[in-house]
Amino acid sequence: MADKVLMKGNEAIAEAAIIAGCRHYFGYPITPQTEVAAYMAKKMPKIGGCFLQAESEIAAINMVYGVSSTGKRVMTSSSSPGISLKGEGLSYLAGSDLPALVVNVQRGGPGLGGIQPSQSDYFQATRGGGHGDYHMIVLAPASVQEMAELTVKGFDLADKYRMTSMILADGTMGQMMEPVSLDFDIKPETEKPWATTGTKMEREHNIVNSLSLVPEELEMLNLKRYERYKIVEENETMYEEYMVDDADIVIAAFGIAARVSKNAVNEARKQGIKVGLIRPITLWPFPKAPFEKAAEHAKAFISVELSMGQMIEDVKLATNCKRPVTLCNRVGGMIPSPEQVLKAIIDVNNGGVK
Amino acid sequence: MAKLTFKTDNCKGCGLCVDACPKKLLRLAKDKINKKGHHPAEITDEEQCVGCASCAMMCPDCIIKVER
Amino acid sequence: MAVVFDKPHALIDVPLHYCPGCTHGIIHRLVAEVIDELGIEGKTIGIAPVGCSVMAYNYFNCDMIEAAHGRAPAVATGVKRADPENHIVFTYQGDGDLASIGMAETVHAAARNENITVIFINNAIYGMTGGQMAPTSLPGQVTQTSPYGRDPKHCGYPIKVCEMLSELEGPEYLERVTVNNVKNIRAAKKAIKKAFQNQIDGKGFSLVEVVSSCPTNWGMTPQAALKWIDEKMLPYYPLGVYKDRSAEKEAE
Repeated sequence: MADKVLMKGNEAIAEAAIIAGCRHYFGYPITPQTEVAAYMAKKMPKIGGCFLQAESEIAAINMVYGVSSTGKRVMTSSSSPGISLKGEGLSYLAGSDLPALVVNVQRGGPGLGGIQPSQSDYFQATRGGGHGDYHMIVLAPASVQEMAELTVKGFDLADKYRMTSMILADGTMGQMMEPVSLDFDIKPETEKPWATTGTKMEREHNIVNSLSLVPEELEMLNLKRYERYKIVEENETMYEEYMVDDADIVIAAFGIAARVSKNAVNEARKQGIKVGLIRPITLWPFPKAPFEKAAEHAKAFISVELSMGQMIEDVKLATNCKRPVTLCNRVGGMIPSPEQVLKAIIDVNNGGVK
Repeated sequence: MAKLTFKTDNCKGCGLCVDACPKKLLRLAKDKINKKGHHPAEITDEEQCVGCASCAMMCPDCIIKVER
Repeated sequence: MAVVFDKPHALIDVPLHYCPGCTHGIIHRLVAEVIDELGIEGKTIGIAPVGCSVMAYNYFNCDMIEAAHGRAPAVATGVKRADPENHIVFTYQGDGDLASIGMAETVHAAARNENITVIFINNAIYGMTGGQMAPTSLPGQVTQTSPYGRDPKHCGYPIKVCEMLSELEGPEYLERVTVNNVKNIRAAKKAIKKAFQNQIDGKGFSLVEVVSSCPTNWGMTPQAALKWIDEKMLPYYPLGVYKDRSAEKEAE
């Protein structure tokens, strides 16, 4: 077992990215993720990498687009309002089939919102974020260790499927400190024959492009992209199950909400209520299978979220609305307490489901 | 004497080469229509051409090759 | 007989989609000639904009990237920073792309003295979308979205990009040229070559603004459009070098 170091979530992301071979970072200051930029600013010049503070989120994501076009690992990070600005670039990355890692340390919204934790960018992240038909691989860490692990994984998946991987964290995850092991199995990087690195006069020119004016061709590109997405759904879905096998009630929660929920599950079990937890680690692709399976024995589901109820729609879809799904939430930067979740469990257990 | 070769089918008949020729040796062939539907540029008297390449430099579609 | 003029290698041998008499073709060729002469095709990566030249990626033999509207300087920054020693990077942008939606990216790339080459086509109109008012449309100029002529009291004055950027410490080289006759084309090529050579020499941000014509959307013949450049465009957009830091240093 490798030594562990005490790190902030945001710093763990930055260090893990460097370990994964990322040498280019572009960003713009925004709370509560600025530690990622600060860490990169300190580290990159010392390891021959490039940290550049861009003039805007829009410029930052387009610098990412530029580096990615050359086949190198590259990332940016931001928080909710900044991710909205990056929306254009996310769509272009998808349209050009470019890999990238984008971190969203969410804060309360809409608009300028607040700077406290939130999960209200779930729709934005899992439905694409920008215009057009596309997906990102959305990874939801629930510990500082996972912040680091999923960053490494995110780069691998992005390269493998030529997609954007998004780390969808929240202010709590970004700011909290925990011991982390940074001993990762780093895979050799994927070959990228499509990259625009100069022809060296040895091959035809490569073109990185999202424009396709012939509808038949653009349709084909979309269909092909979705074939790739299907493979991602089949092979890359990740989740954690906790006491689900015999559960009458199943909680769905990710990130900080899952940590709170786990406490509530433990407490409810002590009180004799058979409750379990499914924690999606990939939000896209959403882990439909464990929910489908749980719906065979569970009587009800509770979606615990730091939003007005966004993931709950995916829970309903995954369970084909076979069982009632209730929402237990706080918003605006507030976090549900274990007591609130426990109360929701007890209410559902007592048949207090609407 | 110089030799001009026109990629006639790529000519859009804009006539910028015609104006550029210092010896006024070029014209748009009113009796010809190329694949694009334009009257293509042609040289009237190649004997007089000195191969200054002004026409070629002015051509937005790079259809003129000049040899000397 | 020796070939004294032919299509440069860096320009792919396909028909261009531009309108008859559009000067984009001339400028494409000049860029390609410079790439040939400097022997850099194998290491050059071009960035196409959104606008009439959106499909420039089909015309240059070097590696090409199509950027979002206005973002070419940011994309170029990424490409250059990915491998500063081995990548020669140029953007090719129109006035709407560079001076309107992408102004922030332009100004900041210049301020950083990003070691890239920017070819800026100023034809005072949005061509691709059918002739709307551009940030560089002249006062009084009639366009689809200024049907009574551009009224500076209502929508401001056209932006003089070279003059504006010349106030920054950052950029290495700014020059405005045009391509409305053979003499000016020669001068334009010289400027474009210098803008690429500066990058090779590691000198930094070099922008060549090419005052260009848009016969179709100006509603003129190609010939009249070139004359209009002399009569209307150049008095507002005077040709010349607006910044040449290396020359300034030598003069000191």
